Amino acid sequence: MSHLLEVSDLRTRFHTAEGTVFAVNGISLHLDQGETIAIVGESGCGKSVSMLSILRLIPIPPGEIVSGTARYRDHDLFQYTENEMEDIRGKEISMIFQDPMTSLNPVLTIGRQLTESLRAHLPMDKKAAEDRAVELLEKVGLSDPRQRLSDYPHQFSGGMRQRVMIAMALSCSPSLLVADEPTTALDVTIQAQITELVAQLRDQYHMAIIWITHDLGVVAGLAERVIVMYAGLIVEEAAVDELYEDPRHPYTLALLAALPRVDRRRDRRLKSIPGAPPNLLVEPHGCPFAPRCEYLIEHCKDDNPSLTQVGGAHTIACWIDIKTGKPR
Amino acid sequence: MTDPQPLVKVNNLVKHFPVTRGVILQRKVGAVRAVDGVSFYIDRGETLGLVGESGCGKTTVGRTMLGLYPASSGSVIIDSHDVCCAKIKEMKVIRQKAQMIFQDPYASLNPRWTVNAIVSEPLRVHKLINNDRDRSERVKELLMLVGLSSRLVNRFPHEFSGGQRQRIGVARALASNPAFIVCDEPISALDVSIQAQVVNLLEDLQDKFGLTYLFIAHDLSMVRHICDRVAVMYLGLIVELAERNELYEKYLHPYTKALLSAVPIPDPKKDRARQRIILSGDVPSPINPPTGCRFHPRCPIAGEECRIEVPVWREAAPGHWVACHKV
Repeated sequence: MSHLLEVSDLRTRFHTAEGTVFAVNGISLHLDQGETIAIVGESGCGKSVSMLSILRLIPIPPGEIVSGTARYRDHDLFQYTENEMEDIRGKEISMIFQDPMTSLNPVLTIGRQLTESLRAHLPMDKKAAEDRAVELLEKVGLSDPRQRLSDYPHQFSGGMRQRVMIAMALSCSPSLLVADEPTTALDVTIQAQITELVAQLRDQYHMAIIWITHDLGVVAGLAERVIVMYAGLIVEEAAVDELYEDPRHPYTLALLAALPRVDRRRDRRLKSIPGAPPNLLVEPHGCPFAPRCEYLIEHCKDDNPSLTQVGGAHTIACWIDIKTGKPR
Repeated sequence: MTDPQPLVKVNNLVKHFPVTRGVILQRKVGAVRAVDGVSFYIDRGETLGLVGESGCGKTTVGRTMLGLYPASSGSVIIDSHDVCCAKIKEMKVIRQKAQMIFQDPYASLNPRWTVNAIVSEPLRVHKLINNDRDRSERVKELLMLVGLSSRLVNRFPHEFSGGQRQRIGVARALASNPAFIVCDEPISALDVSIQAQVVNLLEDLQDKFGLTYLFIAHDLSMVRHICDRVAVMYLGLIVELAERNELYEKYLHPYTKALLSAVPIPDPKKDRARQRIILSGDVPSPINPPTGCRFHPRCPIAGEECRIEVPVWREAAPGHWVACHKV
């Protein structure tokens, strides 16, 4: 059986006044029906840009998708016309964004915004779309949904707005939901509410989810598979339990060591990763993590390692076996 | 040679912001009760964590403590100076001793000033070093102290990354040799790998200069790591305060329990296995807070008395303070 989504060798660049930004530098990933994967990485690692590229939401210019294919249900999304793409977005693949305030239109009511995609994608009249909107708001746990249809975004709290966004994303029962840091702007208690809600809805609708985040904590309980990105490249990919128990890439290892744990007493100083995130204005040469890596060998500077299997479905892009500290 | 007196004492601090109606007359129609009577102390060289959801008043506590907002009532004593009734002259002394590191390293630095101008401002304002040459020497020294190259003095903030900007903010806070620093979410705008760098820097500086911190944050994992004692705020009040391991392991207040259970753990097996308490709803409005215990509408164990009576702030175990009827 083929995958629901299969991306191969995606490269996205932005041509800006300061030069070319090498945002995504050749990533390949796949996702099955009903599967939840997480893409983890720091700001600027290309996690959002790669997903926006797949949905063709990158402004061209300045953006440019240099190479790659994104096959969704065996059709390459990059071959579709803009009109065909509009049918896919919102109906087949939905997205929720990080900041629920800026992604809702402040001068339109919630009801208007919710019914918009319903009426665009499904043969519904105004009344039916409104009923469906009420049903959706109920599902995401909003009280008095019928009254709230005529409210504006500013009348909702951050958590409530994110619920509205989720209701909107789910309105046409998509097969794939791309969640771009949906809980980053929210408090922990609200974050717990939202992740719980998404997990519930996933099981109910049998949706596949790509959860983009910088927080290794949030995805631990949610994803089945985790992809770690750095400088526009995938550096490690593994099943969730394996990634946390047995991280094999120096960057993943360092990220986990930099996180304090709420469930443990302090036993040491935090291990920080020296240096700064990479400058994407320079075409990557060698392993992008090399300048910050403690396992660095001479070879790393010249040659970028490709993803190789280190057992089962666990792949890493590194020349070193971190267990022995020696080249593999 | 330790001073038995705590460096910072906050007593029944209240800060209400008026809610007004009308453009010209601005009649007062209510008040946002952002901070509604909090008391705590911070010992010399200690780090006190202040945690809570957004809108609970934790930032207002920090700002009021430094006189950035005038307090509505109550007192704040920093090194035997009372912030709340200080005149301009005394305020200047306090501002030299107590500094602040802000959350957003992009908004807290003047984009038109060079690093030199930013970091030397406290030196100029407080007339600590009046000679230009000595002052720029001191700026270079401060930059090295926070791990930046002293060659960067003539750069502008936009030339730096978020983590570097936060280091500039730290250098500015250190310039006047303060004893006390309010760190208002100093790392929440930074990437994970950079957060650890800044936290380690703050710890090193504390060891070096014996600094006292109030660490305001919503990241409970980081607070457990960096703080000696932790206070949990809810809707303008502190509901629980204890030594860090006591609080994280033997929490008493149902709000603390819910808050801790919501923190994600980067360990899939453990994260799946544990019991999560999902609080329903949002934090109520501080304009019209609930009667009795302010947490009762969201509390899973609230009873009749919680609706009516305000719980007293009491010491449940040595050093472990809590305000709840049910524990």
